[in-house]
Amino acid sequence: MAALSTALPRASFGQRISWGPLTAALGILLFLVAFLILPVAMVIYVAFTDPGSGELTLANFMDFFRSALFREAFYNSFYVAAMSVVLATVFALPLAYITSRFNFRGAVLIQTLGFVPLIMPPFIGAVAMQLLFGANGSVNLLLRDWFGITIPFMEGLNGVILVQSIHYFPFILINLSASLRNIDRSMEESAQMLGSHGMRLFRRIVLPLAMPGYIAGASLVFVKVFDDLGTPLLLNVNTMLAPQAYLRISSVGISDPMGYVISVILIVCSIFAMWVSISAMRGKDYSTTQKGGGGLSKRDLGALETAGCYLVVLALLAIVLAPHIGLLLLSLGTVWSFSVLPDGFTTEHYVVAVNKAWPFIKNTLIYAGIAALIDVLLGTAIAYLAARTTLIGRKWLDYIAMAALAVPGVVLGIGYLRLFYSVDMPFTGAPLATWWGIIVIALATRRLPYALRSCSAALQQVSPSLEEASENLGAPKVRTVRRIVLPLMAAGLVAGFVTSFATAAVELSATIMLVARESDAPLAYGLYLFMQSAAGRGPGAALGVITVVIVGLATYFAQHLVEKARREQSASAGSH
Amino acid sequence: MLQAIETSGQPLAMGEATPIRIRNLTLSFGTTKVLKGIDLDIGAGEFFAFLGPSGSGKSTLLRAIAGFGPRPSGEILLGERNVIGLQPWKRDVGMVFQSYALWPHMTVRQNVAYGLEERRRPAEEIRRRVREALELVGLDAYADRYPSQLSGGQQQRVALARTVVIEPKVLLLDEPLSNLDANLRVQMRQDLLALQRRLGITTIFVTHDQEEANTICDRIAVLSDGVVQQVGEPDHVYDQPANSFVARFLGTANILDGRVIVRDGACRFVLDERSAIPLQGSHGEGEASFVLRPRGLEFADDGGGELAGTIAGSEFLGDTIRYFVEVGGRSLLVDEVHRRGGDRRAAGTEVALRVVPGQGVVLTR
Repeated sequence: MAALSTALPRASFGQRISWGPLTAALGILLFLVAFLILPVAMVIYVAFTDPGSGELTLANFMDFFRSALFREAFYNSFYVAAMSVVLATVFALPLAYITSRFNFRGAVLIQTLGFVPLIMPPFIGAVAMQLLFGANGSVNLLLRDWFGITIPFMEGLNGVILVQSIHYFPFILINLSASLRNIDRSMEESAQMLGSHGMRLFRRIVLPLAMPGYIAGASLVFVKVFDDLGTPLLLNVNTMLAPQAYLRISSVGISDPMGYVISVILIVCSIFAMWVSISAMRGKDYSTTQKGGGGLSKRDLGALETAGCYLVVLALLAIVLAPHIGLLLLSLGTVWSFSVLPDGFTTEHYVVAVNKAWPFIKNTLIYAGIAALIDVLLGTAIAYLAARTTLIGRKWLDYIAMAALAVPGVVLGIGYLRLFYSVDMPFTGAPLATWWGIIVIALATRRLPYALRSCSAALQQVSPSLEEASENLGAPKVRTVRRIVLPLMAAGLVAGFVTSFATAAVELSATIMLVARESDAPLAYGLYLFMQSAAGRGPGAALGVITVVIVGLATYFAQHLVEKARREQSASAGSH
Repeated sequence: MLQAIETSGQPLAMGEATPIRIRNLTLSFGTTKVLKGIDLDIGAGEFFAFLGPSGSGKSTLLRAIAGFGPRPSGEILLGERNVIGLQPWKRDVGMVFQSYALWPHMTVRQNVAYGLEERRRPAEEIRRRVREALELVGLDAYADRYPSQLSGGQQQRVALARTVVIEPKVLLLDEPLSNLDANLRVQMRQDLLALQRRLGITTIFVTHDQEEANTICDRIAVLSDGVVQQVGEPDHVYDQPANSFVARFLGTANILDGRVIVRDGACRFVLDERSAIPLQGSHGEGEASFVLRPRGLEFADDGGGELAGTIAGSEFLGDTIRYFVEVGGRSLLVDEVHRRGGDRRAAGTEVALRVVPGQGVVLTR
């Protein structure tokens, strides 16, 4: 036995403390504590503290609910979020149903165009939506001419609901379609054989089986709308929670407790909605597809039915793509006011946009680029530590990083301001909170969950036996990771990078809190500034179109890369 | 151990058993013909098997009877009624799916009650019949569980209960045992047989496992390439295969190609100039195949074998030893009973083989 352990000194390697992973884990933990846990904890602490005496108190919350304005904001936020879920469902349900039940050529159209809204930040489209659906917008002008009526699509909360549901309905579409696809045909056939068919079969079998996916999508939409700052701000709807928090902090100051109280309410609601989503999915993995079984049986459509389906799909897509169409018109139009279409067309706005907005674009490329790089590095490290090491508490790194999803951008921004305003930069002596680097860190923290999921998924596709084979042939851990694991994960890492980059490039809610001077501002903030003035709208729209195209292309290539890698891996797995 | 299916007691009255007649049934997936003119007669109350390799069309045929898949041409008569073109929910055909297809969002009780609810039976009757069906499969104690809380064998029983509770005209079982482990499979097939006998319902069992089909079915239809190759009782099909596919698919067989020659009223099967096998009975002259199970050959250690060969190798199968014997460029399988302490014949040994009289089958080509 003794001879054996001298002969094989590496046999005991597993029992030794491995310092590499431990150091990495501590480093990541430090980052998460400093830039996620502490700022949020600070916000919660301030919300429960008396601003004068510094004692713990519930008085701030009492003040909040005593104020009619805040009660209204609270109600409005709930109303808007709930109605957005309803409207998003109206958009998503027919599209999901048609693609999953019928042999319908337009399905490809839905799958491509249906996801386009996600690649544009909702606040960019908000202005274009005003011009199309506002009181004097194209649609109402036509309605007035033809029928003598107008519909207040964009009045007050209606506008927020419309813009948000158009933007976020793909979350429901994606989840619901996936659920429907995962129902095995035999689920349906066994019900038919027992005498059930048509709507009854749909209601009793198909719908309940698809429900968890729907609830997951719907609660995500709820959270996103509830927390969003940019859209209500641009539509000038301020009696909602997130705008109130922003206005309080930016006008009254960072010592006013109301901004913190609102933040706590936002966090609690986010966590609640996420809990709903998780418990909807827990124990209900209804994914029932068998090998080769395939999803629900699809039916061919008659000519009339096909026409009907196309009508529904095209009408929905027209509504859903309205912000893009409006934005494009706005960016190419000379003057667009009180008319159905712009008076004339020009490319001038694009020239202005590129000339005036170049600093914004440059800042965005730098900020989002660095943030995405940080995310991929942290994401890979966290995924690897959680899946492949035996460190105690390794899963917690993953949980903490994912918790960033439940922290609204406004809240993180407020937390950073409060925590880092009193910390001075080395050399310059300016507050850390006003440094541009803090924007990068805020972006990295907010988008870490996206990159982390990409990296985890990529790592899961690399079987541990591939690593063991490398180690067995004499490659130490670090070389194995570099030569085997990373190359196999590459596509997933690039996808993670692009997702982080694309979403960070259009982030507004934390950014708007942290931008200290215009020269440090990124594109989203620049767009926000442009859209504030009538003269800036054309160039602003042009800038918006450029952003959408860049983000869209990036997303497309990321998807393409992941699909390709998945196909290659499943092909090589299948050839065994 | 699970409580087994209730096998004692009187036959349950389920009305008259229904015979199934299939006439010239043809079915295509797009341009691919999957069923090519199937003709079958399945008797009332019979336990019938569709046996074939994957891709033979056996599951497609079963699904066509249930009303799933593309519409076939031809006739499927359940009793007197041709059901082609009839929607699945109007056929009164009970099918147990390979995956069981239990609905995960419903309890066992709700799953079993579903078909009765669809038939708008009174609540009291539903309660009673669900209870009886669950008692029948020994799962009355599990009525309020969800399918995910049951073992594979229990899920299978629920699927059975869900199907038989509606008292279908015929019961279709699509590879019902393939998702169970080996021991449970042996137990379950006896339970299935007992259940079928008790209900007296015409039953079709689809499988690719000849042992399953042989052990429990009254008759089997061997399918290959969308065509019924042979129909008959299991031992008959095994002993008198209609063609070399059936011979190979049911068990292991040596299939030798040669000629039948008749001289002075005696038939002989001639392999080549040196080897000929005397045949019993009368056969026509001409090209033919000779099918011989490994047990149909024995070593003629005392001399006088018809075939001479060399041992190429052997496999120990427990109660037998299977030898690979090279005979004139062919490899023949020969099974010899193994007894404790018996020696194995070494590779390279020259041996003589004798065909056990009456064991070979001649297939004319």
